[in-house]
Amino acid sequence: MSAPRIELLYWEGCPSHPQALAQLRAALDSLGRGDLPVTLERVESDHQAHAERFAGSPTIRVDGVDPFPPGDGEPFSLCCRVYRLMDGRFSPTPDPGQLRERLARLLRSPPG
Amino acid sequence: MTPVPADTVGDFTLPDTEGTPTSLSPGSAAATVVAFTCNHCPYALAWQERLNAVARDYAPRGVRLLFVNPNDAERYPRDSLDAMRERVERAELAAPYLHDESQAVARDFGARTTPDVFVVRPDGVLAYRGAPDADHGDPALRAGWLRAALDDLLAGRPVGNPRTEPVGCSIKWRA
Repeated sequence: MSAPRIELLYWEGCPSHPQALAQLRAALDSLGRGDLPVTLERVESDHQAHAERFAGSPTIRVDGVDPFPPGDGEPFSLCCRVYRLMDGRFSPTPDPGQLRERLARLLRSPPG
Repeated sequence: MTPVPADTVGDFTLPDTEGTPTSLSPGSAAATVVAFTCNHCPYALAWQERLNAVARDYAPRGVRLLFVNPNDAERYPRDSLDAMRERVERAELAAPYLHDESQAVARDFGARTTPDVFVVRPDGVLAYRGAPDADHGDPALRAGWLRAALDDLLAGRPVGNPRTEPVGCSIKWRA
């Protein structure tokens, strides 16, 4: 079985991706999967954002699945993505606890 | 040229979400805070309540706050005037929400991000420019950099920290 593909899609116009990458690596470490490489993909145009179904920076995917699926009608564009923390606050990066939990679930799931 | 603290900023008039023209008119307040913001940026949203609290806390001391949305709503429909109006109707902002459709005001101020916060003295001189505080993720900071600048200004002292680095989403300029 091949290793899951972990991607972090980002846009340079939003300053949150270094923090998101650190959170992602910390979550993988805590799950004992710090060995998994994270592929960084820079999104640079509206055309690419549409093609990639990029709902904002940062977007994380595990084998193509977003642990935080964007809502219906969410536009695909070069923008910062809005996440909600567990306490309801807005944040440019996912809630670390939720990220760990959802990554654990996706990493356990057999490829679809 | 982008103004920096100690420069004089030009007056402006922009419509609020009901179309009512609203001017900077710096001489009409003890200090005026111009906060560039928008509807869809997580940084702007994270700092919104702290800026609202500044508006409420300093209004009795003669401070006026204006929120200005400069983003290109054609490419970013979530920043449309209708979307701005919906936020006002939901009472999400504790000060007028102005529409900088031409982006001229944001350009004149040299605004770079949402949020990007400017404090203007009654004589039109810029007293502070930057972020509300050091961390969008820590509400306990209470927009402390902005409050400190206002406190200095209202006390007649030089502003101790007149310039910080704005942090947030890049302003969505028209192509």
